[in-house]
Parts: sequence; C-alpha cells; structure tokens
Amino acid sequence: MIDLKNVAFGYGGALLFSRVDLELAPGSFHFLTGPSGAGKTTLLKLCYGALHATEGQVTAFGMAFDAQSRDATAKARRRIGVVHQECSFLDHLTVAENVALPLTVTGRQDLLGNLEDVLRWVGLARQSGQLPPQLSGGERQRAALARAVISGPEVILADEPTGNVDWEMSVQVLRLLADLNAAGKTVLFATHDLALIRHAKGLVQARVLRLNRGKLQQAGADL
Amino acid sequence: MGGGFLALLRGDVQAERAIPKRGFTAQLTTVVAGVLSFLAVFVLALSLSASRIAKDWASDLGGATTVQLPADRADDIESVLQLLRNTPGVTEARALTADEEQALLAPWLGANMPVDLLPVPKLIDVTTDETFDAAAVAGQLAVVGATLNDHDGWREPLAEVASRLRTLGWATVALITLALLGLVTLAARLSLTSNTQTIGVLRLVGATDTYIAHAFMRRLMLRAATGAAIGTVIGFLVMRRIATIDSAPEFNVAMPFDGWQALWLVLIPVLSGGAALLATQFAAHRTLREIP
Repeated sequence: MIDLKNVAFGYGGALLFSRVDLELAPGSFHFLTGPSGAGKTTLLKLCYGALHATEGQVTAFGMAFDAQSRDATAKARRRIGVVHQECSFLDHLTVAENVALPLTVTGRQDLLGNLEDVLRWVGLARQSGQLPPQLSGGERQRAALARAVISGPEVILADEPTGNVDWEMSVQVLRLLADLNAAGKTVLFATHDLALIRHAKGLVQARVLRLNRGKLQQAGADL
Repeated sequence: MGGGFLALLRGDVQAERAIPKRGFTAQLTTVVAGVLSFLAVFVLALSLSASRIAKDWASDLGGATTVQLPADRADDIESVLQLLRNTPGVTEARALTADEEQALLAPWLGANMPVDLLPVPKLIDVTTDETFDAAAVAGQLAVVGATLNDHDGWREPLAEVASRLRTLGWATVALITLALLGLVTLAARLSLTSNTQTIGVLRLVGATDTYIAHAFMRRLMLRAATGAAIGTVIGFLVMRRIATIDSAPEFNVAMPFDGWQALWLVLIPVLSGGAALLATQFAAHRTLREIP
C-alpha cells in the first residue's frame, strides 16, 4: 500500500530522521509511537504526500509521490483517510456536509447514501446539522474519523487522534479504528499514549513502531 | 479545454459552497470592476463621440466646395455660376440667398443686422464629384477675383484629431484592462491566502489544485462581471445625462452606444468577467503552488 524506502527528512538542513524503511501492507495495523518532536507527524505527512522526503522514496499504491504531479498526488490521497489531532473543518458547513466533503470534492455523490450510517457509526447522527465549532473535542475527533472513512479509503493514517480527548473517548476512537482494520483497512496510528497501545492488544493485532533519535525501530517488550 | 471551460461556467455548487463567502476581497473585486467599467464607458463614449462628430463633419464637408466672390465683384456672380456649371466635376452650383448669408453671420453680427448693407462677399455653394480638379478651377476663378475653398484644410486635421482620439481611447481601455487584471490578481491572491485552512482541508480530502482553483475562479469571475455590469449601466446613464441638454438641443453631444455600438455595453461586463477569469487562473495556480 504505502512503502518508505531509506527515507530521510529534515527541516532547514537538520535531519529529523533518516534510513527509515516502512511497509504498510494491506490490512495491517501499525502503532507509531515516540516522544514529542520525534517526527511522527512528519512521517505521516510523508505517507500521504503532504511532504516530500529529503532522501529515499515514498510510494503509495505503486507510485512514487515525488514523481507525480500535484493533481496525481491529490488523487492518490483519495485512497488514504487522514485524521489529525487538531482536526480542521470548514466551519461554515454542517457536520454532515464536512463529513461528506471527500465525496463532494471527488464527485462521488453516489456514496452519499453511506453518510447517515457513517455518522451513526461514530455516534454523531444527532449532531449532523450542527456546525463544527459547536462540537466537543471528542465529537470533533469522531467527525474527523467519519470524514476520513466516508469514501472507503484503503489506508487510514491517524495522527494523535486521541491527543485531546479523555480516556473513555480515546478507547472509543481506538475501537473505531480497530473496526476499520477488521473490515480490511490498513491503519497507521501515531500516538504517544502507551497505555492506549497496551489496551489495544486485546482489540487488534498490531505492530508497534517507535520513532526516536532519528531512527524508526520495532518497539520492544516494554510495551 | 473547451469542456473544462464550459464546466467552469456552469460551476460546481458544492465546490463553491466549500469556500466561505466572507472577506473584503469579495467587495473589492466587485467595486474595482464597477469603477473601472464606469471609466471604460466614459473613455469609449468620448472616443466614439469624437470619432462620430469628426466623421459627420468630414462627411458634411466632403464633396462640398465654397466659392467666395468679393463684394465689389458681386455683379459677376452670374458669369461665375455659369463658369462653374460648365466645369467638369461640378454637379451643382448655386449662390447662397440673402437669408442663408444672414443665418451664417447671425452668431457674430446678430439676427437683425442688415447684411445687404454690408460689403459681405457673395458665396456660392458648389457640389462636386471625384473628377473635380480644384486647382484648375481655382486658377480660372482667380481671373475674376473669386477664391475657392474645398475645405481640405478642415478635413485633414479633423481626421487626424479623430484618429488620435480613437488611439488614445483604445490605449486608455487597454490600461483600464491591465489595471483590472492586476487588481483581480491581487484580490485572488488575497482570497486564497486568507483561506489557507480551507485549502488545507480540501487537499486533505483529495481535492486537486484545479478543483480548488475553479471554485475561486468562478466566484471572482462572477463578482467582476457583476461589478462591471453595474459600473457599465451607471456609466451609460451618466453619459446619457451629460450628452443631453434639454434647454439647448443644438449643443447636444452625439450620443454614442446606439446601433451596433450598444454591443460595447454588453461586452464590457463579459470582457471584465473574462479578464477576471484569466487573472484568477494565473493567481490561483501560482498561489496554490506556494501554499504547502
């Protein structure tokens, strides 16, 4: 699905990480952990073409991002659902319209029939007519997740989706991601919440990766 | 390309809804297009009017020649008329009546001045065709002290003035178009940079730069066309008011924009919209490349 080969990335000449190799196989579930500032968000952005590697190559669905046009990258991104910690919405549109945005943007109105089901799945059916600023932190995360999955992407990249919510809501978001993985979606879940990763052991078969001091490693038994 | 342009004209309601309608750039584009179109109407009106007046004068004077016989040779008028009527190229020659001479001098001497008591030269109105040889006839007339004026001295400067006014008019319209392009480009850039969060969200859900650009382009095009239509209508109404002096209709400026020239009034908003579309397309693709 998404492959990183010998990838390095730096800001302003200083390397953030290097020699990163990662393969997100179809149907896999990966946790990406590491301290703040280690580069988890950057790594996820490389995975969906929002940033380009300083060295090495990132390919999504067999195509290298750096060899593609901007529009081709945008089209590849339609196969990837992204959830950020600071989830941004179009505040003048309702929750339902925001969630349906990937469909309206790509002209796939035929899938709008799924909207109600998706909103119900994340528990936001009642809030569908509200505007995003009226939602709580947990509701915003779930709305972002609904928006990420409405078009049926093959890969879900979640960047600290539980960073701003309480434990109960974190577990709920984790369960939703585990549901998606059970349905065959590939998931990469970046979090620094080790307790949540431990909690996931009973829910999903996941590999845990740690990004620390510029290197990506398989996490050990301490988790 | 053609299909894409038609799709752009038709618009995408969803794409346009995604872009918030707030921001002063919306009013800026409309107001700027309105003001510039108002100015364009004036420049065009002046250019077209000047052109038409010069053309009318030239046309009135074309083929018209005047022979002037000094007052002390007034008795020779019949022989001069005879000479003219027998000259090749002269289609008509007739002496102006006393009333006509009175009317010509009225603006300077007043309507009640007894012109017949003044040593006023006699005037003969001569209509000619293209075979008329003015130089040869002038020589023959000089024998009896008459002079010939074929109005070339008026016609040529008039044509020159009209041509310069036309050039000046078009140059000004070109400058106005450049100003519109520049200001709409600026408005488009402002609009895009003030919507970076919206653009980020649209990109996150798979929108291409072309999709995002189209959403901005159509909106700015419609705003520019609307502003231009308003500016054109106001400009036309003001121009009509200026051109019409009810109390002295003989001084009315020739009103432009009648007949085929009315097409300009339709073209100004259409061309403004088109110019805005080009400017926004240029600004949008450039600015979207700069927004990470």
